[in-house]
Parts: sequence; C-alpha cells; structure tokens
Amino acid sequence: MTEWKYKSVAYYPGCALEGTGHAYNTSTKAVGKALGLKLEEVKNWNCCGAMEVKNIDPKIQTYLSSRVMSIAANEMGHDVVMAPCNGCYHNLKKAEYDLAHDEKSREVVDRLSQKAGHKTYEAGQIETIHALDWIKQTLGEEGLAARVKNSLGGLKIANYYGCMYTRPRHIFPEKDKGPGSESTYQPHFMDDLLAAAGAENVEFPLKTACCGGAHSLSDSDTSTKLVLNIIQAAEAAGAEVIATECPTCHSGLEMHQIRAEKRLGVQTKVKIVYFTQLLGLALGLSPRKLGLHENISDSMALMKEKQLA
Amino acid sequence: MAEIAELLEAPAAAAPPAERARDYLFAGEAVLEHWLTAHEREPTQSAVEGFRLLALHRQGAKGDPSFNACRETCRELVYHHNVILDVALAAPDNAEAASRVVMMRFVLNHLYLFVSGKLEEAGLGEFCCSARPLRTQSA
Repeated sequence: MTEWKYKSVAYYPGCALEGTGHAYNTSTKAVGKALGLKLEEVKNWNCCGAMEVKNIDPKIQTYLSSRVMSIAANEMGHDVVMAPCNGCYHNLKKAEYDLAHDEKSREVVDRLSQKAGHKTYEAGQIETIHALDWIKQTLGEEGLAARVKNSLGGLKIANYYGCMYTRPRHIFPEKDKGPGSESTYQPHFMDDLLAAAGAENVEFPLKTACCGGAHSLSDSDTSTKLVLNIIQAAEAAGAEVIATECPTCHSGLEMHQIRAEKRLGVQTKVKIVYFTQLLGLALGLSPRKLGLHENISDSMALMKEKQLA
Repeated sequence: MAEIAELLEAPAAAAPPAERARDYLFAGEAVLEHWLTAHEREPTQSAVEGFRLLALHRQGAKGDPSFNACRETCRELVYHHNVILDVALAAPDNAEAASRVVMMRFVLNHLYLFVSGKLEEAGLGEFCCSARPLRTQSA
C-alpha cells in the first residue's frame, strides 16, 4: 500500500448528498480536510442515473455516469473519482463495466457525448472509489489511528454497508483479492476504520442486508419491517450506534425507525450515524462541523455521554 | 408462509439451541421453496457446499440477479447454524449458543421479509426497480 494513494481525487457528491444526505457531504469534506486529503468537486456534475433513469433505459444511465467520469478525466485531469454514495458508486462502476464489455453501450455513450458536446469517456480512464476506499487505502488503519485525538473507545457499533456497495460482484473487480482488499461476502473496510478510531465493532450478521430503500415510498410497510429487523438485530448484538456509508440506507434507517414506533409501536434506541461523522469526532472535529445536528436520529446525548461531543 | 411466520413469532429460546438452529435452517429452505414454486419452478433437492439452502438460493437467483440481494443472508443462516451446532453440541447450556440462536432468528426474519415482500410486489417486479411495468408495457 502506497501512503497517500488518494491524496487528491475528483469528488462526486451526487444528488442525495445535496439533499437528505447533506450531513454525509459535510462530514466527508470535513474529514478530508482534517486528514489533509484534497477533494476537487466534479465541475457541472449531473445525476448518475440512479434508479429512476436506469429502470427506464439502462444505457441512458450508463451515459449519465460516463459524463461525470469524462469531465473528471478529460476536463479536470483526474484519474480517480471518489463517490461516497453507494448508488453513485455502484452506477459509475456499472458504467465502467458496461463500457468495457458492451459495444452497444459504447455506441450510445459516444453518440450522446457528441450530441452533448463533450469528449466521450473511455473505459479505463477513471478509477471509481468509495469514501471507504479513499480513507482506508490512503491512510490505512495505522495512519488513521495516529491522527485520532478523541478515541471512540467504548462506543459499540454495528457497521451497516447496505446492498449496493458489494453487488453485483462482477462490477467490482478489485474486491475479493485477498488480504488488504475489500470483501463482497463480508465487507470490513468500515469496521477496520472505526476500530482504528477506537470503536468496538459488534458482530452484526445483517451488514449487507437490503433495507428496502427502493421501496421506501412505494411499499413503506415492507421497508419498515426490514429496517426494524436490522435495527433490532443491531441492538441484540449490543450496538449503541449503527454506522452507515450510504445516504439512502441512512435516511431509510432513520425514517423507518420512527415509522416503526408510530405504526408498529416498537421503540428502538440505537442511533444512526454516518461513519464519516464518527471518524470526524475521533479526529477531534465538533459535532456541528460534522452535521450531527442534521441527523434525524439524535445522537448528541450519547456522544456527550461518551465524551465525544 | 404462515407456518414460518409462526416460528418467527415464537421465542428463540422455546427449544434447545441445536434444535432451533435446524428449525431455522429448514424454515429458510421453505422460504426459498415458496419463491421457486411461485415462479412455477421445481425446488431442487441438491446441495451446494453441503447445504440445500444454498442450492435453492442459487436456483432462485438464476435468471433473476436481483435475488442475489439475499445471498449473504442465506450464507449467514448456514454460518449461524454451523456455529450453534458446534457450540451447543459441546456444551448444551452454552450462553453463546443461545445468543446466536436469537441472532439467527433475525437473519431468518430478514430472508422471510425480503422474499415475502418480493412476492407481494411481484407485479412491480425486480429489486430496486419499481418501474418494471413501464418497461414491459412499452416493449
């Protein structure tokens, strides 16, 4: 591992981080600044195609994601794009895979790129990484631990990765490569980073389980039951906090935790916090700088009790 | 599915850990059998890595990659089953076995909710895709 592997990267926040995931955006930038890592936001970025466009025409999604990578590579001179949102990360990876393997996708992307007046993105120009890769592979656990000012010691955390960070396996060729690489079966990068910051990770069997995020609004009852089960499993495992790394999962957990109480009469206490917010606290940043007050799940009392705020 | 729901509502400690672990593993198989029969497919009797549950999952995901969203859930069920049996057979009153049974129940519940939710939403279709009717209608 090379130190400072991703010291300066193109940053693609995506739509969610400007809306419901605003605190994730704030805390990611704050942590980057505290660690001396440079994030240069992709200029004039667009939606990655998320689920809505992909479901109507997957090739339009491929184009939309390719445009983000084209700007980063051809207009900004970057070879790495960091996307903290699981949906964006997944879609950029999928576009990369499609462009490397599917002639039809290449034709559509080329045609639309010419029409839009920008250079066509070619597979291999950009490496897309997640915020977890960014910190883990730049600083590593030792590098991070050396910068911790306020250990998370005593905070019991269930790490929840959601379903899009590892699936489908074929679009993540760098994973499952043995020691040092991320696993699609048992992801551990978030566990590793938070442990380095002093947290106690609990054994949590639903770390990649579906939260029903895509059906949050169309089938709220199923989503509420799925989320409640995830939350109750985390509590049964002894967690005080569920750490998240996806804005959709995070909002889903927060929203359905409240809905479960209202609709099903089941009250749960575990707090939902972005992993970047937890790392920021460990680095000595204030809760406000990390957007902790923006979370629906109010963790301030717990953080104060643990002397982290 | 009603029998599985009943099993999930019963306390995890209502039976010895090793027995509960087997019940939950078989209930997981039953959930996947429902998925396959609902799609007019004969559930396999074969095993993958020694477990029918994993073979049923593989069969369920064939032609429907979105079903892979419960792949790790199935593997977690097998893992918990194995650990519980190991621990419980060595010491029947072991507290670790009892707590793992509770956790295995959550894993089974997830599989049950995920698959039953997908079955309920069959008209809407694949995971992460509530717009399937739009595509099928326009095709």
